[in-house]
Amino acid sequence: MARTMLEKLKKGLFMTHTEFLEKVGETFRRSGPVAPEQLDGLEDALIAADTGVELSLRLTDELREEVRSGRISSAEELRPAVRTRLLDLLRSTAEDAGEVTTGSPRITMLVGVNGTGKTTTAAKLAKRRREAGRSVLLAAADTFRAAAVEQLRVWADRLDVPLVHQAEGADPAAVVFDAIAAARARGIDEVIVDTAGRLHTRTNLMKELEKVRKVAEREVEGAPHEVLLVLDATTGSNGIEQAKRFGATAGVNGVVLTKLDGTAKGGVILAIAEGLGLPVRWVGVGEAADDLLPFDAEEFVDALLELS
Amino acid sequence: MLESLQDRLGRVVKTLRGEGHLTEYHIDNALREIRLALLEADVNVDVVRRFTSAVRERAVGKEVLSSVTPAQMVTKVVHDELKHLLGDSTTELSFKGRPAVVMLVGLQGSGKTTTAAKLACWVRDKKRLFPLLVPADTSRPAAREQLLVLGKQVNIPTVDTRELDDPETIARKGLREASIKGYQVLIFDTAGRLHVDDELMDELERLKTILKPQHILFVADAMTGQDAVRSAKAFHERLDVSGVVLTKLDGDARGGAALSVREVVGRPIVFAGIGERTDALEQFHPDRMAGRILGMGDVLTLVEKAQEVVDERKARRLEERLKKNAFDLEDLRDQLRSVRKMGPLQQVMDMLPGMGKMMPAGGIGEGQERTLMRMDAIICSMTPKERRHPQILNGSRKKRIAKGSGTSVEEINRLLRQYGQMRKLMKRLGKTNPRTLKRQLGIQ
Repeated sequence: MARTMLEKLKKGLFMTHTEFLEKVGETFRRSGPVAPEQLDGLEDALIAADTGVELSLRLTDELREEVRSGRISSAEELRPAVRTRLLDLLRSTAEDAGEVTTGSPRITMLVGVNGTGKTTTAAKLAKRRREAGRSVLLAAADTFRAAAVEQLRVWADRLDVPLVHQAEGADPAAVVFDAIAAARARGIDEVIVDTAGRLHTRTNLMKELEKVRKVAEREVEGAPHEVLLVLDATTGSNGIEQAKRFGATAGVNGVVLTKLDGTAKGGVILAIAEGLGLPVRWVGVGEAADDLLPFDAEEFVDALLELS
Repeated sequence: MLESLQDRLGRVVKTLRGEGHLTEYHIDNALREIRLALLEADVNVDVVRRFTSAVRERAVGKEVLSSVTPAQMVTKVVHDELKHLLGDSTTELSFKGRPAVVMLVGLQGSGKTTTAAKLACWVRDKKRLFPLLVPADTSRPAAREQLLVLGKQVNIPTVDTRELDDPETIARKGLREASIKGYQVLIFDTAGRLHVDDELMDELERLKTILKPQHILFVADAMTGQDAVRSAKAFHERLDVSGVVLTKLDGDARGGAALSVREVVGRPIVFAGIGERTDALEQFHPDRMAGRILGMGDVLTLVEKAQEVVDERKARRLEERLKKNAFDLEDLRDQLRSVRKMGPLQQVMDMLPGMGKMMPAGGIGEGQERTLMRMDAIICSMTPKERRHPQILNGSRKKRIAKGSGTSVEEINRLLRQYGQMRKLMKRLGKTNPRTLKRQLGIQ
């Protein structure tokens, strides 16, 4: 078996989380009746994992209530209770992850703010899809950032995947149009579209993204089949705003959580799952083409609450 | 920038207002709000704890109780403490040595390469020194091309390092090039890396030994959450970072990372990145930032911006023309352009006290900026004669202009109507005091 997400997470992410582990550890390691400061510690730990103030407060308040009412009577029960709650949050979104595909080629768009790792993810995803037996074409629709096309070209060459691109400054919607035509002509199954990073507060740039989406919609039935928000695991509460705005304009239906191999916990996906019901599809755990792993809620939560 | 924190503290202060005296109960209430606001703004949990206890220490004491207006006092305490945490005073980079070396380090995607180009422009335009860009990000594909392209765009010499595959060799080449050709500031762009990657952190240390940089700037994304503390600490421990650049502050991130990083690194935040344009780099002003967080607005930055874009000579010319009542469409265009040069209207609005709250969530800037752009296009499509003598504009001329500028005759008429009203107004004002008028028109 290839590396599982848990292994990678444990190795990269959570081994270094000493503060966090200590806090959660303190909270869970105790036995006997639940002390109030254990719950305070849990609250801090959740906030420190970027779970978001609102959600963290609510979760701990719920637990406080359970302790008060006697449903949780000992400290040992805290951990399973938190685990269940976090899992429920993530599971509520995990449904309909199926690959319902009408129309061909299947189109996946990668969107997000600047510097989250869209281009790298596009390449990794292309590799994944090809390994699943599909033929893939990359569309370089980031026509804004200097040398973004070059960056994707290097990846395309490495992976031996065809690339459709135009000159810098070209209309990204036109690139997508070309890419679809090229994919059809060559009988290619999948088009993966790398778009330019943009802050979600830039109305005109968000409109541009809407246009890209519309071209895909018009050209292929049911497209874009997947619109993935590429989210940097180090992102704080702003991730929620990003998910909202990109969701509204680009029709995001999934999240890729990148840079999980650092010390960031990516807890913001919990808040996103709760507020917007967006499921996480993939996690990025490194710079190599293979460092994209399918998201597994159970492993993620277990890793989050892992004590050893 | 930091709107929500601003709003939230604004509310706290409001509830404190109107109270006769400040009790511990009030302070506790305020502190709870301040804590939540800071946490929501992504300030690190531990930093928040220290911050609120510092505020409490000062607020509960005599300092507040003896004051006449308790709310003002608390605001002041919070403001001072925030300012203190952010760094008390503005730090301006100075450059010594031939060349002075600036090394940019940070996580992937924080904005090092863009910052490198912006910094080079700043060095050239504000410091009047000759910068040299050295791209040394050998790991991300085409990262060096990116800096080469940016360098070309802004006309800053950039070493072509694409043939070299080792950052240390690149460092030596850069130094050689700078000293042979006499560049004064060498800006060294490194590959993004995770602070847990020992191998790559070792590489940075080796680069530091070779380059002997005067400044090592840690580039941090303003949208970073709780993790900001960990990465900043790790980079600082390895490299003894000398300053911080906070990027992507033009978004709506509340920017709590600024407080966290600043506290952990203990070195000043020297720049704020506020957009994708190469001139979108501002000096970071801790006092203004603190004021802004508390809803006091950022009037100073606004004034500075206005001064920068208003060309003194043009302003004087305008004054002359107003006196003679000769204000024509060319002058109008100059005015429109200087308004636009101040940057996106939304950004300008955010700097005004209280404006943050009045803005609709989606922002207003874009539509108005569009109008400004269209007005500009209309005037640009006129002949010089038409601009100077708008009265000659007849139906067929207007049609031509509409076609040329991609607008409509109605829009042209609207512009002319506005121009007419302006002229009328000026005629009246022109008789009174041209100096005030200059101010009103030049620095809107």
